[in-house]
Amino acid sequence: MPHDDHDHPHSLLPSDPALRVKALETILVAKGLVDPAAMAVILETYETKVGPHLGARVVARAWADPRFRALLLKNANAAMAELGVTGRQGEHVVAVENTPGTHNMVVCTLCSCYPWPLLGIPPAWYKSDAYRARAVREPRKVLAEFGVTLPEGQKVRVWDSTAEVRYLVVPMRPEGTEGMDEAALATLVTRDSMIGTGLPLAP
Amino acid sequence: MTPERPFAEPWQAELFALTVALSEAGQFSWPDWAAAFGATLKRHGAARELDGGADYYAAWLETLEGLLDRAGSAPAAEAHEMRHRWEAAYLSTPHGKPVRLGE
Repeated sequence: MPHDDHDHPHSLLPSDPALRVKALETILVAKGLVDPAAMAVILETYETKVGPHLGARVVARAWADPRFRALLLKNANAAMAELGVTGRQGEHVVAVENTPGTHNMVVCTLCSCYPWPLLGIPPAWYKSDAYRARAVREPRKVLAEFGVTLPEGQKVRVWDSTAEVRYLVVPMRPEGTEGMDEAALATLVTRDSMIGTGLPLAP
Repeated sequence: MTPERPFAEPWQAELFALTVALSEAGQFSWPDWAAAFGATLKRHGAARELDGGADYYAAWLETLEGLLDRAGSAPAAEAHEMRHRWEAAYLSTPHGKPVRLGE
């Protein structure tokens, strides 16, 4: 229906959930239980600052620097801190490295736990029932739907995230990237390759 | 890499920020949040397959309303009334004017 000022002289009514969120916010701010300024900072952080480009920097550094790679696999948070990648929902990260023998893939069967400081807010498919249920049951089929076909000898290991432990997949460095610097390497690291539902781009 | 928009609608972003801010202010721990949210998703998912989009945030909102109701910080009746006050404010504010909550 076209919006017509004669038929709708008042402001456009927000959706039911939008009104319910507004209601909660009004009540909680009035009671001093939540600070609107804190909310604004959180909004800005996750809408504009945090995203997979941060995880890509970590992976690219691991590809380029053996010392960093060793630290990342042993103590991911210490390695992330060296690059200034820290924050909520990333307090305990475990980095799992893909090898010719094992491909790693991450899911949260409970809800949608995800390493926010490295990857930002999860995509809708990560939060869907279909992915959450099937990633554990039939990972190869799910991977095929993402366009990933693994060699027969490579086994798939699925990691189930929790509210305490989040996982970062460190994909294998693509062939033909010798001599590329970290910044160039980072452009090859896709979000999905760090969840394990994709592979890095070819150079 | 072109960043994807993390939230499909502004209210989803506000809901997210509200929940995180409440948890950081000590209203509930994140593991407690995850457990409650997981239970809602399970209940919704038993009725139909969730696609991880709007239905995901609908479950999120229901979970937060439930937690705040039980904690007494935003009782369901109070939240319901406030929702209708906002609706009335929108309906009584001329188009283009800032919407303010009436007394």
